[in-house]
Amino acid sequence: MSVLHQFRDSTRAQAIIERIRGRSTGDISIMEFCGGHTVAIFRSGIRTVMPEHVRMLSGPGCPVCVTSNGDLDRAVALAKTPGVILTTYGDMLKVPGSRESLMQVRAQGYQVEIVYSTLDALKLAAAHPDREVVFFAIGFETTAPAAAAAVLQAQAKGVRNFSICSVMKLTIPGAKALLAMGEVKVDGVIGPGHVSSIIGSDAWRFLPEEYDIPVAISGFEPLDLLAATDAIMQMHEEKRPALVNSYSRVVRPEGNRKAWGAVERVFSLAEASWRGFGSIPESGLVLREEFSDFNADLRFDVTVEDSTEHPACRCGEVLRGVLTPPECSVFGTACTPESPLGPCMVSSEGSCAAYYHYQRQMA
Amino acid sequence: MKHSQILLAHGSGGSMMHDLIQELFLPAFDNPFLRQANDQALIDNPGGRIAFTTDSYVVQPVIFPGGSIGELAVHGTINDLAVGGARPLGLSVGMILEEGLDMALLEDIVGRMKNASEEAGVPIVTGDTKVVERGSCDKIFINTSGIGIVPGGIDIDGKNARPGDAVLISGSIGDHGVAVMSERRGVQFSTPVVSDTQPLHQLVKSMFSVTHSIHVMRDPTRGGIATTLNEIAGQSRVGIEIDEEALPISPEVTGACDLLGLDPLYLANEGKLIAIVPEAQADGVLEAMRGRPEGAGACRIGRVVEDRPGIVRMRTGIGGTRIVNVLSGEMLPRIC
Repeated sequence: MSVLHQFRDSTRAQAIIERIRGRSTGDISIMEFCGGHTVAIFRSGIRTVMPEHVRMLSGPGCPVCVTSNGDLDRAVALAKTPGVILTTYGDMLKVPGSRESLMQVRAQGYQVEIVYSTLDALKLAAAHPDREVVFFAIGFETTAPAAAAAVLQAQAKGVRNFSICSVMKLTIPGAKALLAMGEVKVDGVIGPGHVSSIIGSDAWRFLPEEYDIPVAISGFEPLDLLAATDAIMQMHEEKRPALVNSYSRVVRPEGNRKAWGAVERVFSLAEASWRGFGSIPESGLVLREEFSDFNADLRFDVTVEDSTEHPACRCGEVLRGVLTPPECSVFGTACTPESPLGPCMVSSEGSCAAYYHYQRQMA
Repeated sequence: MKHSQILLAHGSGGSMMHDLIQELFLPAFDNPFLRQANDQALIDNPGGRIAFTTDSYVVQPVIFPGGSIGELAVHGTINDLAVGGARPLGLSVGMILEEGLDMALLEDIVGRMKNASEEAGVPIVTGDTKVVERGSCDKIFINTSGIGIVPGGIDIDGKNARPGDAVLISGSIGDHGVAVMSERRGVQFSTPVVSDTQPLHQLVKSMFSVTHSIHVMRDPTRGGIATTLNEIAGQSRVGIEIDEEALPISPEVTGACDLLGLDPLYLANEGKLIAIVPEAQADGVLEAMRGRPEGAGACRIGRVVEDRPGIVRMRTGIGGTRIVNVLSGEMLPRIC
């Protein structure tokens, strides 16, 4: 049996599902903080095999979705700056900003390029020395090391036409903000796999220690997620909240020190604006002063006027876990992946998109 | 050929174009219809309804593991005829060449088309060539059209799926999509995934030798089996249920999809067909399919149901259920 099949094996899955069904937890709400998990849970049909008393919630784990319209409007303004090639990840293009999306900006003739990594943006800068290549950096701890590496490379090679507009965010301040709001009952957390591979599983110890919430770090295969869910339910059942690392084949307690070291060398913490949450102190990554040459916000003078969201869009509540996508009045009607009103319906990791693609009309 | 590259004059209608046709295309595709050397091919009508189809090929890269734009152009149009129950009679080939195209590459592609046409026994009976300025197309675009004859008694239609029918597939899915995507992104695997491009008309013929009551046949090319099944569910106003565990996907394709962030359900296939047949005929049709090399991996992947018309559902490996939607937009790799 191949390595991958081990984590998709139906017999093993059935055994864990039986165990989950036999647990006497009473009503329990389990939240995941990673867009990759949201999609994996829907794709594998995990929600449909859970007993009724287990509620699976999605938190603010989709990086495209938590990007505020103010930040997106800034990217739009940068893209319209003469000489600029704006680069970003594909999912960002369709998100409707206050007035327009990056895709609409591109259709007007401005240059907006999709890249798969910050390093691709750096390569584009080398290929177009006469243009200013700006990378609109969204993402969590997982993508930050590549952004840091690109800045360090640009500095080492003396690339002068490359800069970053960083709206990257940290998951832990986001999780803490959500818990502090107290709007939604969270009895257990499925800890993000890729993020934790960078920051380490120990970073999530605050959940059991400060909030009495059990946490299990999980991978992305069906068995990973089932095992993590079962571990959380067991801890809840035994009233012994702790940290369990169900993804130890990838995640170490201390994380990837080298990668995070590069992030800390290039970026410092700053207040960041999150969709659905507003400003959260020390939750964003901005370039340190010594890397100001690569800071698009300092290199270009762009001003953004009153940013607004579509009045019918309730992505903010979806991101806080207080509203499920089908409860939104425009879900699947005025708001679809083809003509989205908010980012949660656009992003491949958004919960509205996941519901729409995998669970719509299932009831 | 005298020139190592395609020049605009190769499409001008003058002597260079004449040479290109006489020295490259005609010898390669030679057959009595082409030798008529008229503005059209004249083909005898053996009786039955005429099936007519066209498709344009713009694949990039033009050569990929297991095939090229040439094989695709021949097989793709043959298959569009075959899945309608038609016996292919002949193909047209329209080539749009970019100025500066490497002549050796063109010769290679034409040679592949010749082989594909000969192996399938479907002649290329008429053709056209144009050359456009550098930058106006990407190396080579090919349009092929095909005509075929549908014998009486055969009624294959996307509207014909009935509750209780079995959903069959002729072999593994996702191979072509992964072969092209991995080549495009410069990813190499220890066991390379090769395109499944192949003609399916002989396979269809052997299926009809079992029964004429095949309800629907489609080749799941662009958009993959997810899109094809959704089209059928919509046209026939039925629900379709498939089993994830039953889907034939090679370990190499599964691994590559995980790495590249692709979903095999949405990847193009170029040598596979989906058949929807009455349950009573399913085993016999499957046996006939497995008797041909193109159908060696044929299997049953699901069933047609009455409830939730228009919706395709999948029973997942862990025993859950989810919808299999049509693809919206393009597939993008994960970013976090």
